[in-house]
Amino acid sequence: MKLQTLVWREIFERKNQLATSFLAILLGVSVIVAMKNITFYSEKAVAYQLDALGANILVLPKAASLQDYYSADLQKDLFPEDYVNRLTSSDLQGLDNLSPKLSIPAEAGGRRFILTGILPKNEFQAKAAWQMASIFSRPAECGVAVTVPGLVAPAKETLVRKRVIQTLATNEVLVGADMAAALKVTEGGTLELLGRAFTVTAILPQTGTVDDGRAFAHLHTVQQLAGKGAVVNAIEVVGCCQQISQGLVQKINQLLSEAKVVTITQIVDTQIKTNRMMSRLSMLFLTIIVLVGGASIANYMFANAFERRREIGTLMALGAGSAVVLRMFLLKAVWLGLAGGVGGYVLGTGLAAILGPSLAGVPVLPMLAPLFWAVGVAVAVCVAATYLPARRAARLDPSAALQEL
Amino acid sequence: MIALQSVTKQFQHRGNAVTALAGVSLEIAKGDFVAVIGPSGSGKSTLLHLLGGMLSPTAGKVRFGSDSLYDLSSDQRSAIRRHKIGFVFQTFNLVPYLTALENVQVPLVLAGVGEEEQKRRAESLLGRVGLSDRLDHKPSELSVGQQQRVALARMLANEPALILADEPTGNLDPETSAGIMEFLGELNDEGRTIAMVTHDLRLAGRAKRVLRLVNGSIQPDRQARSLSAAIASTEQAKAVSTN
Repeated sequence: MKLQTLVWREIFERKNQLATSFLAILLGVSVIVAMKNITFYSEKAVAYQLDALGANILVLPKAASLQDYYSADLQKDLFPEDYVNRLTSSDLQGLDNLSPKLSIPAEAGGRRFILTGILPKNEFQAKAAWQMASIFSRPAECGVAVTVPGLVAPAKETLVRKRVIQTLATNEVLVGADMAAALKVTEGGTLELLGRAFTVTAILPQTGTVDDGRAFAHLHTVQQLAGKGAVVNAIEVVGCCQQISQGLVQKINQLLSEAKVVTITQIVDTQIKTNRMMSRLSMLFLTIIVLVGGASIANYMFANAFERRREIGTLMALGAGSAVVLRMFLLKAVWLGLAGGVGGYVLGTGLAAILGPSLAGVPVLPMLAPLFWAVGVAVAVCVAATYLPARRAARLDPSAALQEL
Repeated sequence: MIALQSVTKQFQHRGNAVTALAGVSLEIAKGDFVAVIGPSGSGKSTLLHLLGGMLSPTAGKVRFGSDSLYDLSSDQRSAIRRHKIGFVFQTFNLVPYLTALENVQVPLVLAGVGEEEQKRRAESLLGRVGLSDRLDHKPSELSVGQQQRVALARMLANEPALILADEPTGNLDPETSAGIMEFLGELNDEGRTIAMVTHDLRLAGRAKRVLRLVNGSIQPDRQARSLSAAIASTEQAKAVSTN
């Protein structure tokens, strides 16, 4: 037999008295685990949606107003293309991609369209300074790296947007679906805009946005046609969701104080609000588990120590020192915490899987990390709540305890 | 082996000092069997707890061998109880959720004895008190006599040199009491020192020495001797009338 056996036997002997304390820990831990689990997948889902939309931060001229995300670059105001260099040579983390744009009106076939100059990604990568900078180093959970089981694949327009940014020659043009239909141009054909002939590299699929009436050409070609020098209307930034939450927009604002930096607020705000709500609720439940669970355990342990004083007195008469008595109570607390933590994890994970889709609109899968967290918190609460009753039991006067009837 | 030197023990009760033992001096030699008798509240249990290192005196010294017991730390006194002292209680004080075997193992667990050895020794001791067939019984499944025998086996687990018995037969019928006293006699014959507190004058007569405790003081030796003689003659008269 070990001291541990004595602890186990006592737990099972008085399991009904222990039930309330166990339940307090179990429920507290399970709610926290469920919330953490749901929050994790909710954040993933928002990040995924944000990534699927493409750019989520816009750098605009100071005077610009943002009425529509897709027409944000259709402003009269301009700012230097050099802002791109300032971004890429900074040490900002969480910038996944940049797309400087200059849009000018262009007539074709007797109709007005928009010709938008964009800088392909391969040109960013060709610049040594940009390669040296860690600006495109994508954190592990950034942007498209996110996979959320059960969510649909990224929208087609997003794929197109990413592809057109990758490579684009100075005489190539990508034509929006509506514009191509109106001008009856096809892939491989030519299109004359502002007196310059372009090869139609691709006809973009219908997006339902202002992009359908645009043609995309190389930024530097459009700048030449505009005759205003190395300027742009907007820089679209793909920022990692997590970094946006951690103040990426504010950091860009500080870097480009002459510009206006805006984000797709409704999406980021949703995430931030969800995160804040979940975080506050988690803290609330953590407080509840510490106060209610801890108080319940402390109360039980005080009662247990009082009820067992003759037994403790006997053990002391048989040679148990105060350290042994203290260890008996703390071992019991550890077992209670372990059971509450593991049980709470199982229950919480189950709750998250069942309630996650209706609460956060995302499928929730079991995660291992909250198990360690749950067990750690439960054991810590149990041990902390037990310490004083255990110390009182360890300081029991065996003579007085044995003389009581 | 153990001695009380001018030991006084006072308790505080609602602000008043209550004297349980008043300047008691007593020496118990190795192999002695001392019975302490006296009315309720005379300080018998207090005396036993002082001898067991569980209750520090208000004044005086308790010597265990060469050690002054209460000059040792609490842990050192626990170690002495663990290895050298065995307690027997009137209410047996078995751990209710442990089996007879496990109850006997408790002192061995506290002494850090290996599990195999614990089991072997506990089985042997329960065999010695005639409970080999009750190893897995919990106290509630045993008669009071059997419970006291388990307590005796537990007391012997660490081969104590000193046995402190607090009314060991107080809850038992005469026949079972006689069996317990016989067993204590055997233990004394083995060379163990016994200090027993009892109300029962007949059982006290089985001891080598009888001490009478009145109002926290031990009566003079002369009175105690006459008491021992009185008990012996009572026992003799009973035996004659029975024959």
